[in-house]
Amino acid sequence: MTSMRRSRKTHAVSYNRVVTITLTAILVAGCGPDEIVEEFVVPEPLENRHVNILYWQAVSTMNPYLSGGTKEIEAASLVIEPLANYDDNGEMFPVLALGIPTRENGGVADDMRSITWKLKQDVVWADGTPFTARDVVFTGEYCLDEEIGCSADASFTDVEGFEALDDHTVRVTFSVAKPVPYGPFVGAVTPIIQAEQFKDCSGLRAAECTTENFGPIGTGPFKVDEFRANDVISFSANEHYREPGKPWMKTVTLKGGGDAASSARAVLETGEYDYAWNLQVEPEILEQMLAAGKGEIVMGFGTNVERLVINQTNADSSLGPERRSLLLDGTNPHPFLSDPRVRRALSLAIDRQLLVEAGYGPTGRVTCNIVPAPPIYASTANEDCRTPDPDAAKRLLDEAGWVPGPDGVRAKEGVRLSILYQTSTNSVRQGTQALVKQMWQQIGVETELRNVDGGVFFGGDPASPDTYQKFYADVEMYTSNFQGTDPEFYMAAWVCDEAPGPDNQWLGTNMSRGCSTEFDDLVDKLAVTPYGEERFETAKRMNDIVVENHFLIPLIWRASTSARAKSLKGVRMNPWDSELWNIEDWHR
Amino acid sequence: MIRYITRRLLFAVPTLIAISFAIFALLDLAPSDPTGQLPLTIPPETRAQIRESLGLDEAFPIRYAKWMEQFFVNEPLNLIERAFDVEIGDSDSRTRVISYATRSPVVDIIAERMPQTLWVVGLSYVVGILIALPIGIVSAYRQYSWFDQVGTFVSMVGFSVPTFFTGLVAIIVFSVMLEWLPSIYDTTHRVTDLASFWVQIKQIIMPVLVLAFYNAAQLSRFMRSSVLDNLNLDYVRTARAKGMRERAVLLVHVLRNSMIPVVTMIALGIPTIFGGAIITEQIFRVNGLGQLLIVAIQGADIPMVQTLTFLFAVLIVGFNLIADVLYGILDPRIRYE
Repeated sequence: MTSMRRSRKTHAVSYNRVVTITLTAILVAGCGPDEIVEEFVVPEPLENRHVNILYWQAVSTMNPYLSGGTKEIEAASLVIEPLANYDDNGEMFPVLALGIPTRENGGVADDMRSITWKLKQDVVWADGTPFTARDVVFTGEYCLDEEIGCSADASFTDVEGFEALDDHTVRVTFSVAKPVPYGPFVGAVTPIIQAEQFKDCSGLRAAECTTENFGPIGTGPFKVDEFRANDVISFSANEHYREPGKPWMKTVTLKGGGDAASSARAVLETGEYDYAWNLQVEPEILEQMLAAGKGEIVMGFGTNVERLVINQTNADSSLGPERRSLLLDGTNPHPFLSDPRVRRALSLAIDRQLLVEAGYGPTGRVTCNIVPAPPIYASTANEDCRTPDPDAAKRLLDEAGWVPGPDGVRAKEGVRLSILYQTSTNSVRQGTQALVKQMWQQIGVETELRNVDGGVFFGGDPASPDTYQKFYADVEMYTSNFQGTDPEFYMAAWVCDEAPGPDNQWLGTNMSRGCSTEFDDLVDKLAVTPYGEERFETAKRMNDIVVENHFLIPLIWRASTSARAKSLKGVRMNPWDSELWNIEDWHR
Repeated sequence: MIRYITRRLLFAVPTLIAISFAIFALLDLAPSDPTGQLPLTIPPETRAQIRESLGLDEAFPIRYAKWMEQFFVNEPLNLIERAFDVEIGDSDSRTRVISYATRSPVVDIIAERMPQTLWVVGLSYVVGILIALPIGIVSAYRQYSWFDQVGTFVSMVGFSVPTFFTGLVAIIVFSVMLEWLPSIYDTTHRVTDLASFWVQIKQIIMPVLVLAFYNAAQLSRFMRSSVLDNLNLDYVRTARAKGMRERAVLLVHVLRNSMIPVVTMIALGIPTIFGGAIITEQIFRVNGLGQLLIVAIQGADIPMVQTLTFLFAVLIVGFNLIADVLYGILDPRIRYE
């Protein structure tokens, strides 16, 4: 049925062409039919070299420095490129650079305080002008300007300055020793913008440069033809792209809007689109759509882990804002979650496999680590969490003196094991919540569920009581991950001092408010340990401390999930960088 | 009449200012954050810096005053400049209403969105009226006939089934099962010849009909009751007694009189066209003003939400006035002092 429809369409196109060509030939040249046949040798329909991409969150700008949203970063990755990228295995590879600087090849200084990038010689921008070190330095300074509110700020942490040593050499210097100096200009988050185009767009003027922000000139495989904010972007191939014969596709449409399920439908069931991004859709719905046979799911496991965060401070609603969920140097412990046996029992009771099957299907895996990847950083010390053991959990609670009351809920000295469990509004998350509630009920723990709109929950409004930083609940659940392949910055967020509170305008990042001096020491150690076995072991130990203390309870290792049409070849799902990282190789 | 209109217009000014303040205050109180949708890999300090660069750390009255200046002074001046190609004062230093999400002028995006919303939602309104009026008239004239019963049933269904359901059913039937129509609206499509016009019809037909069905359900009920009210009046009997044909009685005398309240209804409904059909636009990815509003609300893009809702308020106040004036024109018995 499908193939019939397809071929009919193809015929229609060819037929039109025959007619047009025939008419032109007769009218213009007035030649005989023999020659006409010769002219008609192009069997490939035009639409073949066009790819339709669907992002259910529409793209707002093509300047990722002004947005920081995944959708903007990925859309921009078609046009502007960094010096190096991560491939689908999480390996770094040079893009605009000649090679990856390391300590071995002398690109990284011995004191680890500077990195020197050599740039490719023959790269030109889409407007034909040469790409030089000046552009790289300009990009760095553009983002470091505080007025701009640069969202890629974190990639430039501890950067002291940028220097163009010659036209094709750039040195980035850091104020401290950086064992992993691959923050600036690596990955789709920090692509190089053209100095010439953006020279009048620095600082406060950044927002006035609508033309530039909507249509950056880049070195990438495509250039922007038309940008409609929050709607659709049309791209066409960049004829100055450095790799001959690429991109294979001549034009790209990136459409936005709708929701994840209907995006999946447009690729898997109706076949109108070739690629749909970020599909968190219940597995049975995806299964049903896949049955239409028009497309398939592509996924890649990066570092996304859905986790429970266990509040170590008292979140009781009867406490005032000067106490509630505040660490206060450890003087405000949670009435029962500060008991490590209770935390362990909560983890033991959870059947993670069931959660995966119900909410994620093939797009999720059970994980016992908060850092599940890359393999060099993934610990193997906690694998026992894979088998749930409610009986052991009950024994543990009995031993700790938490005994079931008349209503089946365990209590000790008048304190009941009653948990307020919050997360963001999302049907898969609410499903997980309901299952976890049942599992905890079996061991005598009562759970009250609550969900907050994602915009509010993850928003940083200090006046709102519902943010995940405020954490006015006992347990909360969300997914987080880290950029690139090194978890140093990610794990440093969980030091004791980072507990959110009014003293840091609730901007702290240690959501569980859990404290371990060993962990804090290891954070300092990791910051100076060079890449190698010792670094990997330190990071694994840090993962183990957080997991063994059950400050964070990892549940599900989530894949980046998208859908592609069966006719679209060359898609390699990349959870480490932009999903569209190799679009120049996409073909049919 | 002129005096009445002037008075109403003057009265609209404080109303609109009050509305704009209420919208701004509500948005300010809402616990949302423009950085709330960013990936968690972006650290909180960066988020704080982003908020600062958006001007969110300024006090409420200052932000409100700024928006007032941008919207009521700078934007109109900018429009005039562009329309007549002149420069008034120091146009480079005038700040415009800038969206948090796109960092581009809000008014430009609204102008870009206007065509598809007017086409899809406007057309559905027209189609809805064209369906509703005949159904309403016939239903009333043949009250309790099978046509009336069916009409009543269909109207009830149309009115009570939400568009996100009918839209989805339409997509499943016509896009997934039959594969006749596209489920995604292409806003970049240009009509240049017959073939591309056909493509446009194919992509517009589903959203238009889904919305028209909903609109028609409401209007046809209204039309029916209005005609029923008139059919029992004395002038109808007089007309019939004069020996006029039923056709003339119904379509000239009754229809004209019963249109009065319906026309007002239609006029009052026009602002909702500009508001877009949030859900329908989202389902078919028409990406018009409704979709713009919902995305802005989700992303806490306050300048965008503020400007859009305020424009809707202006339209509603404006069309209320137009409806009142129309009423007077259609019904000579009504006179405004």
